[in-house]
Amino acid sequence: MAETAGAHGAGSQGGDHGDEATRRDFLYLTAGAFTVIGGAVAIWPFINSMNPSADVLAAGGPVDVDLTPLEEGQAITVMWRGEPMFVRYRTQAEIEAARETPLDDLIDPQTDEERVKPGHEQYLVVRGICTHLGCVPLGQRQGDERGEYGGWYCPCHGSHYDTSGRIRRGPAPMNLIVPPYTFADDKTVVIGEEGEAAA
Amino acid sequence: MSGPSQPSQFTGAVGWIDRRLPVFSYLEKEYRQFPAPRNFNYFWNFGAIATVMLVVMMATGIVLAMQYTPHVDMAFNSVERIMRDVNNGWLLRYLHMNGASMFFIAVYIHIFRGLWYGSYKQPRELLWILGVVLLVLMMATAFMGYVLPWGQMSFWGAKVITNLFSAIPLVGDSITTWLWGGFTVDNPTLNRFFSLHYLLPFVIFGVVILHVIALHVVGSNNPLGIDPKSPRDTVPFHPYYTAKDSFGIVVFLIVYAAFVFFAPNFMGHPDNYIPADPLLTPAHIVPEWYFLPFYAILRSVDFDIWFIDAKLGGVLAMFGALVVLALAPWLDRSPVRSCRFRPVYRWFLVLLVIDLIALGYVGANAPDDEILSGLGITWLDLGHIAMPWYFIHFLVVMPLVGKFERPLPLPLSIRDAVLPTRGGAPMTTAAPSKQA
Ligand code: HEM
Ligand code: FES
Repeated sequence: MAETAGAHGAGSQGGDHGDEATRRDFLYLTAGAFTVIGGAVAIWPFINSMNPSADVLAAGGPVDVDLTPLEEGQAITVMWRGEPMFVRYRTQAEIEAARETPLDDLIDPQTDEERVKPGHEQYLVVRGICTHLGCVPLGQRQGDERGEYGGWYCPCHGSHYDTSGRIRRGPAPMNLIVPPYTFADDKTVVIGEEGEAAA
Repeated sequence: MSGPSQPSQFTGAVGWIDRRLPVFSYLEKEYRQFPAPRNFNYFWNFGAIATVMLVVMMATGIVLAMQYTPHVDMAFNSVERIMRDVNNGWLLRYLHMNGASMFFIAVYIHIFRGLWYGSYKQPRELLWILGVVLLVLMMATAFMGYVLPWGQMSFWGAKVITNLFSAIPLVGDSITTWLWGGFTVDNPTLNRFFSLHYLLPFVIFGVVILHVIALHVVGSNNPLGIDPKSPRDTVPFHPYYTAKDSFGIVVFLIVYAAFVFFAPNFMGHPDNYIPADPLLTPAHIVPEWYFLPFYAILRSVDFDIWFIDAKLGGVLAMFGALVVLALAPWLDRSPVRSCRFRPVYRWFLVLLVIDLIALGYVGANAPDDEILSGLGITWLDLGHIAMPWYFIHFLVVMPLVGKFERPLPLPLSIRDAVLPTRGGAPMTTAAPSKQA
């Protein structure tokens, strides 16, 4: 201890023990640095074990949704990765309402076209999780409160989403997220897989 | 005796142990002779009461864990099984459930005591910070415990709170995925919460020991806030305060028992008796009562602050509420500890308590509901006043009042203030400040 302190003092003054001091300092520094690196490497498996495991990842694979029973104006909810996914078969009026909204009126500006697949504009697929703090918004079932903009309403802290799932009013910062999905054919949507829309 | 063993005042088997591991000397010194100010009031019971509650929580928790199953498909039913089939299971669960609330009641009173009598001030800053650390650990423990029964409030509470971390810029989403061990609150989340819920009380126990060691280095504060100056200002901890603490503990346990036996679900939420359903959000997600003021602070930030969006702002405000509490020793500029001698600040502290109660109501109600129908004032509006006031209290009132307030004259010593003079008449002239 005393030696180290002395060595530091001598080193910084550039005194007689300068050589010894740097040597020892070097050993301390390298030993210290490798202990820290070693420690960090040893901790990683513990931390990483808490990340999603292989089976959890596998269970999160794509799901097929059959759209045949769905009629205009109706919606269905399917589970993907433990969360509800909203599929809504929009009416013409709903699509127009979404498309006519000026981007300036939006909190998180995005056109309706960006949020649907070309050729399948009638279907809106969004993750049914409020982007505020994760509640499931209302509006899927007949008779549900749909908020001021006719899309969804999150009762937790009062977020209103429009018919394109875009946030219009309330504390939520972002539009309802569009999950990766693709159409296998006109009446089958595959949620969890990104791809070009079938023409 | 030669060699490394210590001399001891004890003899026989106790002495043999004590010379090798001086636990008995320690107890003698810290819990028997320990000189405590002679003027403690009942506010000084709550540290001991909180310790008893910690032990009760650990005892009931360990036996509950023998019957509980941490799996999303079985957790809810295993708790119902505890309630119906396990011998005395209902009692153990109700003790644990209400014990959490009683623990927080004790700790909140304990914290209020510290604020009122200035116990956080020099030289007790570190003691105070350890206390805030204990509060944070307790909150984490209680939050994860509440998830275990896997009812609707368990699930949605977990969802709302874990989602807070996604507000962290850049790494937020990876952190939440890591916390969940999946894509949402699910079985891996329940498992790790159980593991941590088991672990944290033991960590709390360790920090309590540090808290007590720090206390015994600087000694206890007292209702007058002045330091003991001579042995006449103190009494030995035992039997004086062991007796007073025991009395307080018994009274507290009676209240606790009244809840457990007569109103076991009074402080809980009925929705938690509905099994968790990821497809159906309860109409109002409300946390346990002891989190309500913090929850209200979180929700009352529904506006962007410069470049910080509302969500991150709410999270920062909620954690900031604990940070400013920890910084109280440096924010308060008054040299006088006890509010008994602080004619101005004491009213601000009363106001802070009212503010916290108001925040509690804000947290319990839907933000857009009107406080009184027809008035047009919503709970959120109240939150917009009560939330900033909490911070103003710590960041503006504490420093400024400390600077400008004229404290009442302090008594010369604890003894002078609390004991009659030799003539038999109460000391009123030498200690005019005793009026409070
Ligand atoms: C700081 C101390 C503790 C606090 C504040 C605390 C808090 C809680 C809370 C609020 C609940 C939910 C009760 C309900 O609504 O049913 C709970 C459940 C539970 N806790 Fe604790 N706990 C503590 C210590 C422990 C310990 C040491 C264990 C031991 C392993 C434990 C094991 C359990 C178990 C198994 C449950 C689920 C059964 C049930 O819900 O009653 N707890 N805890
Ligand atoms: S979670 Fe939907 S508004 Fe807060």
